Amino acid sequence: MNNNLYNYILGIADNSLILGQRLGELTGHGPSLETDIACTNISLDLFGQVRSYFQYVAKIAGDKRTEDDIAMLRKEREYKNVLLVEQPNTNFAYTIGRQFLFDVYHLAFLAELQKSTDLTLSAIANKCIKEVSYHERFSSDWVRRLGDGTEESKAKMQEAINYLWTYTDELFHQTEADKAMVAEGIGVDVTKLKEHYYKQVSGLLIEANLEVPESKWFQKGGKEGIHTEHLGYILTELQYMQRTYPNMEW
Amino acid sequence: MSNKKNWPLWEIFVRSKNGLEHRHFGSLHAADAEMALENARDVYTRRNEGVSIWVVESKNITASNPEHNGEMFEPAQDKVYRHPTFYDLPDEVKHM
Repeated sequence: MNNNLYNYILGIADNSLILGQRLGELTGHGPSLETDIACTNISLDLFGQVRSYFQYVAKIAGDKRTEDDIAMLRKEREYKNVLLVEQPNTNFAYTIGRQFLFDVYHLAFLAELQKSTDLTLSAIANKCIKEVSYHERFSSDWVRRLGDGTEESKAKMQEAINYLWTYTDELFHQTEADKAMVAEGIGVDVTKLKEHYYKQVSGLLIEANLEVPESKWFQKGGKEGIHTEHLGYILTELQYMQRTYPNMEW
Repeated sequence: MSNKKNWPLWEIFVRSKNGLEHRHFGSLHAADAEMALENARDVYTRRNEGVSIWVVESKNITASNPEHNGEMFEPAQDKVYRHPTFYDLPDEVKHM
């Protein structure tokens, strides 16, 4: 098995898996019927994308594990998602802020992944990018609305952006698997996305009448499996059925 | 979101495929036209139902008054000769 490729794809897939699970928590609890459906749709898009990655990972692993086993049955330290996507739905501004800060990255990342020499990965990226373009449009639009809305919505949006900001730098950290895959022309060099990312994000925040946080201190660890306290709770829910009734099928 | 109850109502029209006309699909709440379009996309076209969406704020629609149905519609009821039923349509002609 190609360990670097395996870990590399898990890193991509886990971001969407955990973000999808977070958004899924809002099903039936969205602030309005329409936004509830929109968030659930984005969640479903992400789960669809994740399936393609995990099917591929299962093939690379080449053991008895299925896509479901790999997606659902790892331990907390074995999840490689960035800390940003596991942050809670504190309020709608946090949900939108998290989505926006991830979408801008996700879109730039997929545009590069389309050029991968690994044909499966480039095909997946090609399929996902339209969905993600819409996610980015949706979340940017809401950041603009809330930032440029009432005093209350602006304050909440700013608070969410300030809180989530410390999790953005990790998006551009390279793991060992990253470096190896970039060298082979398979992976995306995320360090090269950073400038574009902060330019895009800052541009929209200013347009939304919000302040770009100046904090230079950032959180990290998710890509190496060191997570915030939130991931354990997410996995408890995500893995509940298989932990309670091992090997159950339906 | 405290004023979400004040969001105006929008009527949603969706064209299911090219060549067909837009049809009324339903209504939803949104703060403005752009949000109405995005909401309509998520509420009404997530199962691949459409290729084009129109949104119209409900207040801009002038509706006939049901109380006037008598004078509005009944006079047409006994005038079957106004239907083009005297022509044979070839099978190939669809959507008539």
